[in-house]
Amino acid sequence: MARPAGHASFAMRLGHYGLWAVTLLILFFLILPILIIVPLSFSAGTFLTFPLPGLSLRWYQEFFSSGPWQLALRNSLIVASATTVLATVLGTLAALGMTRARLPAPTLLMGLIVSPMVVPLVIVAVGVYFAYAPFGLTGSLLGLTLAHTVLAVPFVVITVSATLQGFDPNQIRAGASLGAPPATVFFRIVLPLILPGVISGALFAFVTSFDEVVVALFLTGPAERTLPRQMFNGIRENISPIIAAAASMLILLSVLLLTVLELLRRRNERLRGIKA
Amino acid sequence: MAAPAVGSGGAALTGRSLQRQLQRSNRLRRLQAAALVAPLLLYLLLFFLWPIAGMLWRSIDNPELRQVMPQTASLIQGWEGQDLPDEAVLASFAAELRQSYQDKTLAVAAKRLAYESPGFRSLMFAAARALPETPEGSWRATLTGLDPKWGEPLTWAIIQRAAAPWTPIYLLAAIDHRLDANGGIVAAPADQAIYLGIFLRTFWIALVVTVLCLLLGYPVAYQLAALPPRQSNLLLILVLLPFWTSLLVRTAAWVVLLQREGVINDLLIKLGLIGEPLQLVYNRFGVYVAMTHILLPFMILPLYSVMRGLPPHYMRAAASLGAGPVRAFWRVYLPQTVPGIGAGCLLVFILAIGYYITPALIGGANDQMVSYFVAFFTNQTINWGMASALGAVLLLATLLLFALYARLVGIDRLKLG
Amino acid sequence: MRAKPWQIGMLTAVCGALLALGPVRSPAAADLTVTSWGGSYQDAQRSIYFEPFKQASGLDLIEDNWNGGVGAIRAKVEGGGQEWDVVQVEAEELVLGCEEGLYEPIDWSALGGKEKFIEAAVNDCGVGAIVWSTAVSYDADKIPGDGPKSWADFWDVTKFPGKRGLRRGPKYTLEFALMADGAKPSEVYDLLRTPAGVDRAFAKLDQIKDDVIWWEAGAQPIQLLGSGEVIMTSAYNGRISAANREEKRNFKVVWPESIYAVDSWVILKNSPHKESALKFIEFASRPENQSKLPNSIAYGVTNKDAAGQIDKALLQDLPTAPENLEQSLQLDTEFWVENTDALTERFAAWSAQ
Repeated sequence: MARPAGHASFAMRLGHYGLWAVTLLILFFLILPILIIVPLSFSAGTFLTFPLPGLSLRWYQEFFSSGPWQLALRNSLIVASATTVLATVLGTLAALGMTRARLPAPTLLMGLIVSPMVVPLVIVAVGVYFAYAPFGLTGSLLGLTLAHTVLAVPFVVITVSATLQGFDPNQIRAGASLGAPPATVFFRIVLPLILPGVISGALFAFVTSFDEVVVALFLTGPAERTLPRQMFNGIRENISPIIAAAASMLILLSVLLLTVLELLRRRNERLRGIKA
Repeated sequence: MAAPAVGSGGAALTGRSLQRQLQRSNRLRRLQAAALVAPLLLYLLLFFLWPIAGMLWRSIDNPELRQVMPQTASLIQGWEGQDLPDEAVLASFAAELRQSYQDKTLAVAAKRLAYESPGFRSLMFAAARALPETPEGSWRATLTGLDPKWGEPLTWAIIQRAAAPWTPIYLLAAIDHRLDANGGIVAAPADQAIYLGIFLRTFWIALVVTVLCLLLGYPVAYQLAALPPRQSNLLLILVLLPFWTSLLVRTAAWVVLLQREGVINDLLIKLGLIGEPLQLVYNRFGVYVAMTHILLPFMILPLYSVMRGLPPHYMRAAASLGAGPVRAFWRVYLPQTVPGIGAGCLLVFILAIGYYITPALIGGANDQMVSYFVAFFTNQTINWGMASALGAVLLLATLLLFALYARLVGIDRLKLG
Repeated sequence: MRAKPWQIGMLTAVCGALLALGPVRSPAAADLTVTSWGGSYQDAQRSIYFEPFKQASGLDLIEDNWNGGVGAIRAKVEGGGQEWDVVQVEAEELVLGCEEGLYEPIDWSALGGKEKFIEAAVNDCGVGAIVWSTAVSYDADKIPGDGPKSWADFWDVTKFPGKRGLRRGPKYTLEFALMADGAKPSEVYDLLRTPAGVDRAFAKLDQIKDDVIWWEAGAQPIQLLGSGEVIMTSAYNGRISAANREEKRNFKVVWPESIYAVDSWVILKNSPHKESALKFIEFASRPENQSKLPNSIAYGVTNKDAAGQIDKALLQDLPTAPENLEQSLQLDTEFWVENTDALTERFAAWSAQ
């Protein structure tokens, strides 16, 4: 490539640095809320302003000693765990099925399965609110779990399908032809290969449920209040640093999740790298 | 693809039996596949499709009068609309009016009738309170004596309509129309004709947010794609972290940032850029900022994955052929990223039109989108027909856009993170 | 290709998962759920009524809060999810809900008879809990000197520039608008009973529409005022004095043209805990308990015997103080019973435009 004239190179360099500056600014915009909310949670004062009057853990203490927040945390953990189990099992089975043979109307099928990701949450919420009420599923953690599973399942199907796409079906045949019973084939060959996808899917499912607030607004009463539902009330009424503390813990959860996902991705890449 | 694998079966197999065996094994595999997918389908049918179908049904359902006044509801269907319904209908009406007042179920019917004509609630309750057990002369005379409105055919026409098995009024109201006295479709009065405006506002907010996301997302994706993988992966974390952070956390953070005595106003004042704090929250500006922030990763990720896959030598070729960087970008690079732009924009737009929590917490009264009104009618006024009708229209818009997405982008491209 | 066994294995796993969901019933099936209005008011109720009641009765009590609207009650009762037992409702919600059969009738003999209470606190479906006011409030540290004195001042954005807070909904808002437009308090409801009066109120609201931040929860206006988001706001009087006491604020209540009303305890229809609910209401209506309320929050009480036990120094801040009552207007329950549904939808349509 011929070196451009001095004039153009200056303009190009300017463009180059300009682009970098813009990119970093936008990335800063993306990370800004997180940068702001975490320090505020360690404030010793009662107002959400800088500079901090002093550092303390009082809001974390308050979070862990407050009855409603503890109940909310517990409910969220129960619902998210149950959702994860249910969504991972259903989603993994379906992903295996869809790659096993060509089913009728595959686009429609996949469209249906992923549609909970795009259908407005309020519509899902109102729908399940009307439909679950006659069965006593409103105001119950079971009802919330059933609805959250609907929302979480697409993530499992998508991640597991993605892992299965690089999956060579001859490996199953090889296993079967060597005399392994199907269960052994599944647990020894299929599962280890798709495991990163299954785990990613499970993590997505967990977070989907753990962060979900709209359906929770419609389906939960005071005894089933979840963490996001509790935060929603707090933001409405009085944004105190206890919200910032709860938020910081949710951010920590996202960081953990992201780390695990990144490790899984690397492991997966490494495995495929060796295969290639 | 299966042929070579089975081909090793040996010469003992004739072509025909081979074919049969192949068919059988294919059928078996399809059965197994169906059996694996079936639990999820069944689950979605029960806990997702059925509730949504129920909501759609509620947008035309008309159960109130038939529940509260079953006999009158069936009798009045025979009325031709001339003069008043005959005495048998009126007698049944009077009896069921009194009964429902005693049972405290009248309010349900009165509320339903008030949707068509606001005065109905007081009309019904006043009649129920004053109604004698036996008619003075005829029921016709008795009722008309209580209020001349009972002598108007229009009153009974509304009751007849409200007693039908289904009603179009909610769906009509969702598009700013209503039924007139004769059952014809007319435009709704100005103070009720707000929903087309709200749909328009919803699409407008979604459009602005989409454009903002594209403007901000494109350079970031471009820069990330141009970096070596190690560096871009590092910077990508800055995109993925907010992406996986709870929506409520980010919304709360924006309230804290944008408040009148919040971080941004504080900073601007300290820098001497403004004297008075700016109004940044509880208005449209706040909604745009927060929604753009929340949806930006949905734009960056598809753009990034398309740009990553672009061969760099096209740009080099363009440059070597004498195109300036701007021209090369415009004519060569940009067209190749159109699939990413389409995917990102459609996805952001689809997600944006359903937003509820963020505008509810950050917007003012006239920044609320359709979802807010669905929730409002469900929880505040318990006008479930109206909630369902608005939901149905919103769902239709979403599904059309989603179908477009499936057609242009492909559902298998819907990957997140 | 006999892959059946592992499919069966997976199916067993699904069933196992569903069984594991067994405990996903509500973990805290409480003995009683009491729903009130949140914020500093509910804090006061917690220390005076909820906690002592738990101690005294040994029952487990869960709290919830809400922001009013008979629709929310209808949703709880008709929607089927029986989550609330006792709710504190506003005056028109009491009458509307009673008419619609949303509440259990009150056994007044368990409360020591109707004559123990002020007249406005007695209803077949509910027991009055407090007398409270909605009034203009402002931060005297931010408006030194002459603050707003009326709703006309509230509407005057040139004299007092800045945003204003109002409760989202037609109730109070329409009354305030008419008073701002020059209507005398005594004629407000006569005007509102005519379509022209309602139009006039909405027209007056149009004038400050762009300057209003609408609040829903009672704690919000205090927050908005405290953070400087609004220069003045309508607010529940008790919360204002609570903020002054607890957060060392200098908020003022403008008593002239304020509107007062009675909130009542009700028991929702088909509550599974009717007896405990009545026990709670009885506990919260005892004079020795009610008389503690004004120490924490400046609301008037409904039990006649309680009124005498209140610290004299606190009386002047209560809506029931004669000089405060004199300058204010009583909420016309009957008007709102008749018009809540229609005006709520009209208000929603207006505010959305």
